Amino acid sequence: MKIVVLVKQVPDTETKVQVKPGETAISTDGVTYVINPYDEFAIEEALRIKEAKGGEVTLISLGWDKAAEALRTGLAMGADKAVHLNDPAFLGGDAHATAVALAKAVKKMECDLLLCGKQGIDYDNHQVGVRVAELLGVPHVAVVTKLELQDGKAVAHREIEGGSEVVEVPLPAVITCQKGLNEPRYASLKGIMQAKKKPLAAQKPADIDASAGEVGKAGAKLEVVSMSMPPDRPAGRIVPGEPEDAAKEVVKLLRNEAKVI
Amino acid sequence: MSGIWVFAELRDGKIIKVVNEMLNAGKGISAKLGENVAAVLLGSGVESLAKDLAGMGAKTVYLADDAKLKAYTPDAYAKVVVDLVKQHQPSVLLFGNSAVGKDLAPTVAAKLGVGLASDCTGVEVNDQKKLVFTRPVYSAKAVIKVFCRDNPQMATIRPNVLPPGELDAGASPEVAKAPVALSDSDIRTIVRDVVKSAGGKIELTEANVIVAGGRGMKGPDEFKIIEELANVLGAAVGASRAAVDAGWRDHHDQVGQTGKVVNPSLYIACGISGSIQHLAGMKTSKVIVAVNKDPEAPIFKVANYGIVGDLFKVVPIMTREFKSMLAQ
Repeated sequence: MKIVVLVKQVPDTETKVQVKPGETAISTDGVTYVINPYDEFAIEEALRIKEAKGGEVTLISLGWDKAAEALRTGLAMGADKAVHLNDPAFLGGDAHATAVALAKAVKKMECDLLLCGKQGIDYDNHQVGVRVAELLGVPHVAVVTKLELQDGKAVAHREIEGGSEVVEVPLPAVITCQKGLNEPRYASLKGIMQAKKKPLAAQKPADIDASAGEVGKAGAKLEVVSMSMPPDRPAGRIVPGEPEDAAKEVVKLLRNEAKVI
Repeated sequence: MSGIWVFAELRDGKIIKVVNEMLNAGKGISAKLGENVAAVLLGSGVESLAKDLAGMGAKTVYLADDAKLKAYTPDAYAKVVVDLVKQHQPSVLLFGNSAVGKDLAPTVAAKLGVGLASDCTGVEVNDQKKLVFTRPVYSAKAVIKVFCRDNPQMATIRPNVLPPGELDAGASPEVAKAPVALSDSDIRTIVRDVVKSAGGKIELTEANVIVAGGRGMKGPDEFKIIEELANVLGAAVGASRAAVDAGWRDHHDQVGQTGKVVNPSLYIACGISGSIQHLAGMKTSKVIVAVNKDPEAPIFKVANYGIVGDLFKVVPIMTREFKSMLAQ
């Protein structure tokens, strides 16, 4: 089985976000980058399927030079090879332009199953996996917490409000992964050494038959007007006293002052 | 043609709350754009809901009623919505940022080849009569404003943020019945089963009140006192990543950057220190109460009211006090 995993490099969740005045992206100064946590579930699931059924796991990432580090980490976890869409023309896009580039790259490969995170934790778009499925003309199941593969089909448990839904789709399909699906492994030292020898191909728009105008910023359908820091919350107050008194006081304040009860 | 369209999502046969919030926002947009507000209603045997949508402000209800639309599937729903959009060319198309909206909106946007602003918390109309959407990014550590280059201008709207409108019980809509041309082969996704969570839990992302526990809870059984408080308040129960990773609560309950982003009127954080990831998921709550033993805990920096003390003493007293207050 040929499995393709979409991988995004994002700032670590510990990152304190800084926006410089007039900028429309966060400052990269001092930011540590990691694999998008939801994409880790996708990589892990791909590796488990490969271990159970055989096959090959290919990673794809669209991003600046540094994104190669995320792909090396995925290769160290056990993926077989990686493709890096690495060109200034790919950058600055929205979910549409990014999905167009990724779908074009996937079309160049054999793919029985495509896995990715349910959303990137940077722009929180939850769009790219679904859009790639549409562009490839295959079905998708989004926000999946359990996945079983049977003859030519996938049975997936997908998170919905107040429960889950069990759905079946024919393969090939796109599955977007949610926490609960599995516990991603750490790369072993051996894996890290092996990853250095695994193929990691950098590709330009021409390599995937994309024109520069349809990917990246030029191909985006959304325009960013501004980016700013959210307003600080006004300083709160500690309600003093013994637990009994403080608890009673807070309950009263919630009704009489905050008026939320 | 024109129109400001709101997707009228149903859950258990009822119109979900965010639909009224979006239709109410649509009325404001309508006045500025000079275009009518409409609702798009899909389902099986749902025509009677059109009147409710009119009461929320929809002048027209595009109704697609078909047995094949009984359960949500991205294939069937997207095809019907895209056919309607192509026929009527609305300038705006809004969805709730729910499990269905998050699935359907990007499917429709991809089919139409247009942009989509996800999980928006605000919308305004600019001088060029374009909709400018506000959306939190990096889990609300920053905020961007975006607009869509093409029509329909599409967005998913976060529930519980935009104010709902007053209902007009006397309103009746113009119902435009949409032909549904679906064959079995159009629908590749088959819904095998729907499994409800035990106890009919309130969904965190839609809850008006949330009581959440963290590492300070010490174990899964201790969450009972959180649940008791939540029961009294009609609240949803949340948990920090520490409590979920420890296996005390299901990941469905996780609030934070890799969990759910919530915005209730009241968030009561018990034994939660307030890591940057947790704050990213809840600091847009209108009022925050923190109960923690450590006076230096970062949660106190965002809390409107803080109690420095043992939650195992404080929480049961709050439960008792709320109970007697609400009984009056």
